[in-house]
Amino acid sequence: MALAVSQQTRLSKRVRRETFVGWLFVLPALLMYAVFVLVPLLLTILYSLYRWDGVGPATWVGLKNYVTIFEVPDLIGTIVNAFWLVVFFSFIPVGLGLVVASVIHRVATGRLGAIARTVLFLPQVIPLVAAGIIWGWLLALPGLINQILKAVGLGAITRAWLGDFDWALPAVGLVGIWVLLGFCIVLLLTGMTKVDPALYESARIDGAGWFREFVAITVPLLRYEIGVCLTVTVIAALAAFDIVYVSTAGGPGNATSVPGIQIYVLAFTQRAVGLACALAVMLMALVVIVILPIQWLSREGAR
Amino acid sequence: MRVARGELWAGRGLLLALMAFTILPFISIFMTALHPSGTVPSGLEWPTNPQWGNFIEAFNVAEMPALLVSSTFIVLAVVPVSLVISTMAGFAIGLLRILGAPVLLFLFVFGLTLPFSGIIIPIYFLERALGIYNTRLAIVLPLIALYMPFAIFWMRAHFVNMPTEISEAARVDGATTWDLFWHIHVPLARAPIASLGILMSIWTWNQFLLALVLVEDPTQRTMAGALGAFQGHYATDVPLLCAGTILILVPTLVVFILFQRQIITALLQGSVKG
Repeated sequence: MALAVSQQTRLSKRVRRETFVGWLFVLPALLMYAVFVLVPLLLTILYSLYRWDGVGPATWVGLKNYVTIFEVPDLIGTIVNAFWLVVFFSFIPVGLGLVVASVIHRVATGRLGAIARTVLFLPQVIPLVAAGIIWGWLLALPGLINQILKAVGLGAITRAWLGDFDWALPAVGLVGIWVLLGFCIVLLLTGMTKVDPALYESARIDGAGWFREFVAITVPLLRYEIGVCLTVTVIAALAAFDIVYVSTAGGPGNATSVPGIQIYVLAFTQRAVGLACALAVMLMALVVIVILPIQWLSREGAR
Repeated sequence: MRVARGELWAGRGLLLALMAFTILPFISIFMTALHPSGTVPSGLEWPTNPQWGNFIEAFNVAEMPALLVSSTFIVLAVVPVSLVISTMAGFAIGLLRILGAPVLLFLFVFGLTLPFSGIIIPIYFLERALGIYNTRLAIVLPLIALYMPFAIFWMRAHFVNMPTEISEAARVDGATTWDLFWHIHVPLARAPIASLGILMSIWTWNQFLLALVLVEDPTQRTMAGALGAFQGHYATDVPLLCAGTILILVPTLVVFILFQRQIITALLQGSVKG
């Protein structure tokens, strides 16, 4: 009896010691994370309940900042714009990426495939700021896009795309397509190489064309990879900042203003810190609300 | 492969068109960069008299050597520290499975979807209070913290799949937890650590928002942040802006071409696991 007790205390002592040492391993990471992520996160929520210019005293306003965001068209408009960007940054690259990847998968093997992989991945490694600057020039009045349009006889529709109230947002979207399409294609192609080639072989022996193969094999079996592409690109769209800041800074007017840009402008040029924080909280909530179902759907049943 | 000839060529054509779509923008800014400074050329036009001197001028006005030093310093400060502390945390959560590991994992994973712009405002005021605003530390410290969700998630995924026999055998031989970590599991984790290092180096080099908000002096910023400042000054001088952009891209492109296989693999794995 006495022996058993002492053994148990010794055991629990060892477990406790191990837990203690283990927590020491986590401590540095946890400390950094707490100070520079968790505390700022809580402070963002706290600030969002005040009216504050960043310098003077802050006034408690409760949820009024959130009400303001819903009432002011320029503020709620940033969230509408963010969803439009999802179409360009996410739906088009993933949809087009799937089609292109499945075509490439059937025909491109060997050298051309390898070179294409590298080339298509290029926009993914350069800073988004550079992508914004490059496309700012391409979409300018004398830029390459208008030059091509004129060459094919569409000179009538040329314009300064990023300065046009109706076209600026799709133009920014085009930059997103350029950055993300290659990434989606390469990721989906990698997924396709994991699919048992016998499946494709037998489909082809049965005389299945590209479309049958696409609908019956590629899309269902790539559910997980499609989910990954959607997650990455949707976050890129909702949290967009670099490309928009450099190419349009939210303009003309508020035509391309997205939450990231508006948070920056409100907090650091208009000194409306409380309002900026309320928008930040909404942005963070929005990302979670949109991403969770995608994750859930793509993991459900896949692998 | 049973693929019709026409389809073969259609597929290759599509692939080449996509490659052209990716490459043409680079060619356009390269040609533009060779036009006389201050002029407005058209998008794709080889200049009659190429101004190679634009690159030298951009090199000087952008203070390239200072930018390279600054970016390299920031990468060298962020990446090793992030690697060490996230590997340690991933080891404790995934392999030691310490009491409270699920809670810790949830706490970190929760940060995976967090947009940087969501928490940048308090970070700004915090750094003003700490007196590190407008120094490189202002970028380094939050960046390490912001990488923790992904880095720990990544390292834990490796450690959680390690067979327990290895650790048990070492324990029998009297190894301490630190020995187990440093002499046995870190050497076994070399591949995921290397990939993580590549990813974080690229992300740091390209980090813009933190540089923009927290550091005013371009020579204390990351490469992307400095490029943003350069654009602010020379937005109207298109050839010079293009020349500067190319110069700032060169280090990235060289590294990408040298390590393309590792970088592509790391980026793909990174998104699949994250």
